Order: sequence, then C-alpha cells, then structure tokens
Amino acid sequence: MAVTTDHTRAVADGAHSHSFGTGAVPQGSRAERLTSFDLADIPVPSGREEEWRFSPVARLQPLFSETLAASGVQVTVTAAPEVKVETVGRDDARLGTAGKPGDRTALTAWNAFAEATVVTVPAEAVASDVTSVRISGVSGEATAAHVLVRAERHSQAVVVLDHDGVATVSETVEIVVEDGAHLTVVTVQDWADGAVHASSHRARLGRDAKLKHVVVTFGGDVVRITPDAEFTAEGGEVEMVGLYFADADQHQEHRLFVDHAVPSCRSRVTYKGALQGQGAHVVWVGDVLIRAEAEGTDTYELNRNLVLTDGARADSVPNLEIQTGEIEGAGHASATGRFDDEQLFYLMARGISEVEARRLVVRGFFAELIHEIGVPSVEERLLASIEAELEKSMSVITGAPVEAAEVTA
Amino acid sequence: MSTLEIRDLHVSVETKEGPKPILRGVDLTINSGETHAIMGPNGSGKSTLASALAGHPKYQVTAGTVTLDGADLLAMTVDERARAGLFLAMQYPVEVPGVSVANFLRTAKTAISGEAPALRTWGKEVKGAMENLRMDTAFAERSVNEGFSGGEKKRHEILQMELFKPHFAILDETDSGLDVDALRVVSEGVNRAKETTDVGVLLITHYTRILRYIKPDFVHVFVDGRIAEEGGSELADRLENEGYDRFLAAKTA
Ligand SMILES: Nc1ncnc2c1ncn2[C@@H]1O[C@H](COP(=O)(O)OP(=O)(O)OP(=O)(O)O)[C@@H](O)[C@H]1O
Ligand SMILES: [Mg+2]
Repeated sequence: MAVTTDHTRAVADGAHSHSFGTGAVPQGSRAERLTSFDLADIPVPSGREEEWRFSPVARLQPLFSETLAASGVQVTVTAAPEVKVETVGRDDARLGTAGKPGDRTALTAWNAFAEATVVTVPAEAVASDVTSVRISGVSGEATAAHVLVRAERHSQAVVVLDHDGVATVSETVEIVVEDGAHLTVVTVQDWADGAVHASSHRARLGRDAKLKHVVVTFGGDVVRITPDAEFTAEGGEVEMVGLYFADADQHQEHRLFVDHAVPSCRSRVTYKGALQGQGAHVVWVGDVLIRAEAEGTDTYELNRNLVLTDGARADSVPNLEIQTGEIEGAGHASATGRFDDEQLFYLMARGISEVEARRLVVRGFFAELIHEIGVPSVEERLLASIEAELEKSMSVITGAPVEAAEVTA
Repeated sequence: MSTLEIRDLHVSVETKEGPKPILRGVDLTINSGETHAIMGPNGSGKSTLASALAGHPKYQVTAGTVTLDGADLLAMTVDERARAGLFLAMQYPVEVPGVSVANFLRTAKTAISGEAPALRTWGKEVKGAMENLRMDTAFAERSVNEGFSGGEKKRHEILQMELFKPHFAILDETDSGLDVDALRVVSEGVNRAKETTDVGVLLITHYTRILRYIKPDFVHVFVDGRIAEEGGSELADRLENEGYDRFLAAKTA
C-alpha cells in the first residue's frame, strides 16, 4: 500500500483539504452528500452551501427554476456509421440510470427536460469515426437539455459534445460505459458571450470499462460543470482531463467527483487552466472518495492554474477521502502560480520577444495535456483556440507590465 | 571588430527591504576575440554583473554606462540586447516545461538573425553542434532544461552559444558542476566559437582548471562589487595559491 499526497507543488491553494482514516466518517463526506430525483429534496441555493460557495449564484438563478423550456438550444448529431442516435421522451427506461442529480441545477435539468438525445454504441461495435453532438444556443430562455451516451459491452467510440452560440441552459450528460467498453467523451464549451451553462455529467462504469472524459472550456459568461464518475465493478478505469482558459469576467467552474465504490479501479484526473483579465475566475474542486470496500484503488488528481495577469482569481480544492488502508496509491497535487518571470527572462535573453515568449510558455503549459486527449481533430481545434485566446490577450500583455498577480484560494 | 564597454557601473538588487547596492563602479572593456576571466569570492557580485548586462528586471542600474559598439545597451530590452549580439550562459539555466529544445532553438535563432533558418541546413547544424558537445540528439525533443542534469544544462548553454553566434558571450560559472570530460568538451565548444566567430568572452569562474583550456587574455579579480586587480593569466595561478585574503584584508583595513 502506498498513500502519497504530493504537496510539493501546492502553492497558493489554501482551501486544500484531505482526510484519512477508516474510522469515523469525516464531516462533509462525499459519501453523505444528498442525491435525488425529487425537486423538493434540494432547494434553491443561497450561495453559502459548500458546493456553491465559489459560484455566482445570482447569474445562475434562472437555472434554479423548476420550469425550464426546451427551446433555448438546438441539438444536431453527426454520428459515426456504427453509432445509433435517437430522440426519446423522458419516460424512456434507459434514462436516469447513471446516477442521481447531486445539486440544484442537475435536479432542475432532470425535472424539466422533455426529450433526450440518446447516442448508443452497440455491443462489440468499434466506431470508425468521431460522433459529434452539437448543442447550439438559439435563445436566452432558460432551458433544460439531456444527452445520454451509452457504450454497450466491448464497444469503442469517441463522442464530442460541442456547445456554441448564446444560451442559458441546465444540461445533463449521462454516460454509461458497459463491461469492457472503451469510450471517450469530449465536451467543449465554446459559447459566445452572455451564455450561462450548468452541466451535470454522470458516468457509470462497468467491469473493465474505460472512460476518457475530456472537458474543454473557453467561452461563455458562466460555465459550471460537475462531472461525477462512479465505478460499479472491478477493473474500471477513468481518465478525466480538463483544460480551460478564462478571460475577464468569465466564471469557469469544474467540480469533479470520483466515487471508488468497488475494489481495483483506477482514476486519473488532470485539469489545467490559464486565466487573464480583471474578474476572470476559475474554480476547480476535485473530490475523490475511496470507500471502505474499494481495496486496491489507484488514484491521482492534479490541478494547475497559470495566472497570466492581475485581477484574475483561481480557487483550487483537491479533496481526497480514504476509508480503507488497502489501496494501491492515492495522491493529489494542486498548484496555482503566476507567470514565471524567470522563464520569460531566459527566453528573452535568447532574443525572443516578450509576446512570443509568453506564447511559448502558455502553449508549453498546455502541450502535454493536449496530447493526452488522443483525438486529433479535437487537439488541432484546441491548439487553434489557445492561439486565439492568446491573440485576445496580446493587448493585455504588451500593455503595462504585469505586477504580482492576485492568487486567492 | 566590436567593443563592449562598461563604465563606472553601479547596480542595486531589488530586495524586500528595498534596493541593495551590489556593484560599486565596474570598469571593463572587452573587444572581439578577447577573453576576460573574472574571479572572485562568493557573493562579490559576479552574477549580478552578468544579469545586469543581460537586462534582468531584478537589477537596477543606478549609475554608469554600458555600450555595445557605441550603442546604449542599458536602453535596450532584454531581447534587444540578445539581438544586438549579447549572450549570457547562465549559472542556473531556467526550466521551461512544454517547450522543446528544437522549437526553442529555432525560435531563438529566427529572432536573433531576423529570419527563419533554412530548414535543412539548420537541422544538420543543430545535430552537428549537439554531437560536438557529446549531447544525445534526443535532447532536441525534451523540454528546455527540464530534468537536465547540472552538466547537461551547461552543455545546452554552450550549444546555444555556438548556434546563435553572439558578438559577446558572458559565461557565468559554466565550468561549475562539470566532470573532467564535460569540462574539456564544453571548453572545446567555447574555443570553436572563438575561432569561427571571433566572439569576445567574459568568463566568470572559481577555478583555474577551465583557464587551462580557454586561455584568458586578461584576468580580473572581483571583490565587493568592483574590480580590485587586473593582470594576465598568471594572476589566476596566484589567486589559486593565495586565495582572496589579500583583497579582503585590504577591504577591512
Ligand atoms: N534578492 C536579493 N536580496 C538580497 N541580497 C541579494 C539578492 N540578490 C542578490 N543578493 C546579494 O548580492 C550579492 C552578489 O550576488 P551574486 O550572485 O552576484 O554573487 P556572485 O559573485 O555571483 O557569487 P557566487 O560566486 O556565489 O556565484 C550577494 O551577497 C547576494 O546575497
Ligand atoms: Mg554567481
């Protein structure tokens, strides 16, 4: 058994917590967090609740409502030939099988949706192409959306969810990975200004199932994504990768929960973000629960933030809860740092201009993670998006020199 | 023929308690093809001189001038100084994760010479230079300085000196931490650059060992932020035998 918590890179991450022990359940244990399909069980948050304390609840208010429309987004699917796509009513028995909503927006999304998009990768099928689900905002009306991605036994596929336009939407993405299936789900939030997006991703993994879950957030005023992954049989493996880039006044929040409820599963979480501009705010919370039954668990989570300018704020809270001593390994690391002036000096001392040097460093910060995604079309788009973000910020960068960045945790 | 001229240079370093004076009137002129060694006790300000010349933002010039062929070096930004022909091999080279050596070298070369190097010849040149320095060409794909050993970082600095062909190179303790073979290999690199480009070299060191490979034309003793004595290469041997007591005693007297 090896329990490692790596704090060597932990800088400016005050709200950092972990708890150990097989004895008493620690206060606020994820094991005790209420989940429900009943709207009455989880009231409208005030903003003081643990899971909302970093969020701009006022801007999310429309999504707390029990009545949400269906008209705010348009869903278009381009599927690989092996993959089946349906639009079904809310009474379809396959819906709601990947776990229950765990917070108010997840619940309102579940409560209000009329139709769901179901993407099925049939048993044994190996998709020959990426399946693309485009969720386009068409009006600002508060809307519910529901997508279910099912990878049946021993199937393999890549599904990319794209979000664009302007919308106010509470979304559920259910992900079911059956025994032996290998599924990659990529969700890209590239909304236009004005969009407010809450999304509950709930994934369930069967025996020897593998899920690569990739979250990419660039655009939108408020984006709050809560990916949950739950293992239901031994041999499951989840790799959760996230990449985000926040500009002035954007709020980007990613709250993950990995539930090691059974023995011998593996999870890896790697989220990296850059932020720039007044009022840019990113939040990363990574809860990993290793239940008493989950012997042989192997988990590691990491979050890194690169603060490019003054006035931007990053909150990073890894939280590892271990209820058994019989594990393979468990660790986490979190670091939020401002742009490294020594790197800048080194590159500039080789004749490279400041703008170019910053570009190199930021690209370098994301490079490794991008290559981990493993979907070439997504990787290319990502590199282009990062270039565009950097382009946006050149005025910030070439303007006044950056003073000490405010890094709050 | 180029000239780097340092006149009455005073430099302070930024500290939490405010600026702290380190250099107290440095005078030094280096011409193309010349090699000047600077030796001096720890903390005497050698790296401060090197960093201030390169334009590190932590250091403030409070008095004096530095010109490169008459042009005011101190008015230039860090990258402009490099493009004007100044090179600093750092005592502690910085790691730049995610930026490959190959990409870095090409980007820097393009910046310095104002145009992208011809793809085919550049690849060969880099490979050849790496082989000369006994660097595995696999380093090209690694991140700049990341996880390099001390000696590997130093070779990487000299690799850049050879490829970028500066008019003046400041080598800050490039010999520290090198094993005997690496010391020879790195020294050969510096000598190659001297022969092929007539570079003027300012070599900061604690040891006469490297001066057996790279012959200095002048040796300067650096004490308490200024040059306390100058001489030929025989001065280095004397320092090795006698240490710096003579100068430090003079200071406290
Ligand atoms: N940020 C700082 N705060 C306080 N003192 C500093 C700071 N930076 C440098 N100094 C001091 O400046 C002096 C000169 O340092 P420098 O690195 O130039 O010495 P050096 O001659 O290169 O020494 P060495 O031979 O050990 O490399 C030292 O006394 C050092 O402590
Ligand atoms: Mg030094």
